Amino acid sequence: MSNRRLAAGIVLASAGAFLLVVPFGLKPYGIFILSMWAVMTIAAIGLNLTLGYAGQISLAQAAFVGIGAYITAYLTTKGWPFWPTYVFGGISCFAVGWVLGYPALRVQHHYLAFVTLAFNTLVYLIFRNEEWLTGGIYGISNVPRPSVLGLSMNSPLAFYYFCLAHLALVSAATWWLIRSPWGRAFVALRENPIRALSLGVDTRRYTLVAFAIGAGLGGISGALYAPLLQFVDPTPFALGLSLNLLLMVVLGGSGYFFGPFLGAIVAVLLPEWLRFTQGFYLMGYAVLVIVLMAFSPTGLLGLADRLTRPARRRTASAAGGPPETAAESETAR
Amino acid sequence: MADILQLLVAGLATGGIYALVAVGFTLLWQTSQTINFAQGEFVMLPAFFVLIAMGYFGLPFWAAVAVGGVVSVVVLGLLFKKWMVDPMIRHGVLPLVIATIGLAILMKEMVREFYGADAWPFPALAATTDVAVLGAVFSIQSLLILAICIAVVVALQLFLNGTRTGRCMQATAQNPTVARLLGVRVERMILYTFLINGALVWVASLLITPIYLAKFTNGEWLGLYAFIAAIIGGFNQVRGAIVGGLLLGVVDNFAAAYISSQYRMAIPLMILIVVILFRPQGLLGRVEERTV
Repeated sequence: MSNRRLAAGIVLASAGAFLLVVPFGLKPYGIFILSMWAVMTIAAIGLNLTLGYAGQISLAQAAFVGIGAYITAYLTTKGWPFWPTYVFGGISCFAVGWVLGYPALRVQHHYLAFVTLAFNTLVYLIFRNEEWLTGGIYGISNVPRPSVLGLSMNSPLAFYYFCLAHLALVSAATWWLIRSPWGRAFVALRENPIRALSLGVDTRRYTLVAFAIGAGLGGISGALYAPLLQFVDPTPFALGLSLNLLLMVVLGGSGYFFGPFLGAIVAVLLPEWLRFTQGFYLMGYAVLVIVLMAFSPTGLLGLADRLTRPARRRTASAAGGPPETAAESETAR
Repeated sequence: MADILQLLVAGLATGGIYALVAVGFTLLWQTSQTINFAQGEFVMLPAFFVLIAMGYFGLPFWAAVAVGGVVSVVVLGLLFKKWMVDPMIRHGVLPLVIATIGLAILMKEMVREFYGADAWPFPALAATTDVAVLGAVFSIQSLLILAICIAVVVALQLFLNGTRTGRCMQATAQNPTVARLLGVRVERMILYTFLINGALVWVASLLITPIYLAKFTNGEWLGLYAFIAAIIGGFNQVRGAIVGGLLLGVVDNFAAAYISSQYRMAIPLMILIVVILFRPQGLLGRVEERTV
């Protein structure tokens, strides 16, 4: 156990050092892609809380990234400073996510998937059609980048570190959250809602909270997305991104803390490195998803977990607890 | 009045196609708890099978249609079940949902890479002329589509209710354990539903592609409409899917004509949300007992 922990620590430290150093060897486009990875990872962490820990499927994460991005883009181009819009974007998504959680109190599984899917498409239609607010298909351009303590974040490198700092903060907060009583309540909700209820967990409130926090992180990711591209338009926030974020979470390992990081590497970074393969990359990606679901529904980290400790029976803890019984409870419809 | 009649017939025609797709979708759900997120791509593909048979093998249209049908039933029915659903269904519903999302990406990208990203014209089954009845003008094509959809649905109902195999399939859908005890070959019945789904998407593809052209992205909205139709009508009933599909086609057409063409997609989505929240079993569905 301590060996595993040591190994994990070494891997983490070197990954962190790598992320700090790597942009110096990259062209601006490479730095942009890395920043995009950080932004998408934040959105995927949010979805991992909702889906991986609390067990509530959501196909609306792209809508929250979009709401966060549009709020930031609209207000900062109207002259607002960055931080108030950032907070406002996060809080708005939190509130909308809370409301979207109400259907989850009534319906589960595939019905919930369809409600959230419908919500995502409705939000997309609003982005596309309400030209007075969102600029329609032309979007909002010239979104300014913020400055922190008088330091301008205009250069790609500075903004990369800005995104990385956000990712670190969000990770730390999430790490703390899933170890808090709330995180344990989320897992209880996923594993067996009725048992959780009978043990005195307010499942209603925690379902809503799980949705709201996941959505809020989506909003934060969007608030970074807008200044990163300095342009927002409706297309990126259609259903495709929601499906992609879902694939990221599941591919990396839904319910594993580092699942979203890994999933976002596969979905955001790898396509750029494998660009020479053109359309074949997406085919390979699709095949990977299918094969992984056949052999290891807990994703890449679940596979690694199984390979590195074959004999020991895993204990489902809030920390790294893979949803080993989630699959079984899914079958009971 | 003539306008309304025209819109109604056109809506019923597209609705009939949605109904075919939705029926296949519910059949898979009922017998094997498969939620097929690639159902839209399943409708997109057969048209390309036909185009490939015509373009690369030089077959005449009707022969190519027949070949497309066989390939659809084998690939989208048999192989889909053997290679994807069977190995995965033991993990539960969600991994299979994710895998079918992956399958949808795979199918789309393969068509784009190996056939092309353009919208390809597809021969219509009948001449595109119009007839005037009672002052309203109907296209022969929509009338034919409607007729074929009705014929397919009636044939399917006769098969499910009137034949021994059909009733065994219904028994499998209602309670596989009891069905197995009674000597129904459950595995075989499940396979039949996959084959039927392969045939249904083939018919739907032949009917819808002449209208919207053959394009690799067609599956995205077709799949969405099929889900909506299935859920509005009732996820656990063939009848529900038919009503849901027809209703959706009509509502969609009227919404586009009278409310807003920009928000045409929003109306079905809102109906979907309202139905799920207030009548999750669908307009015609039975309530399923909840299990833990």
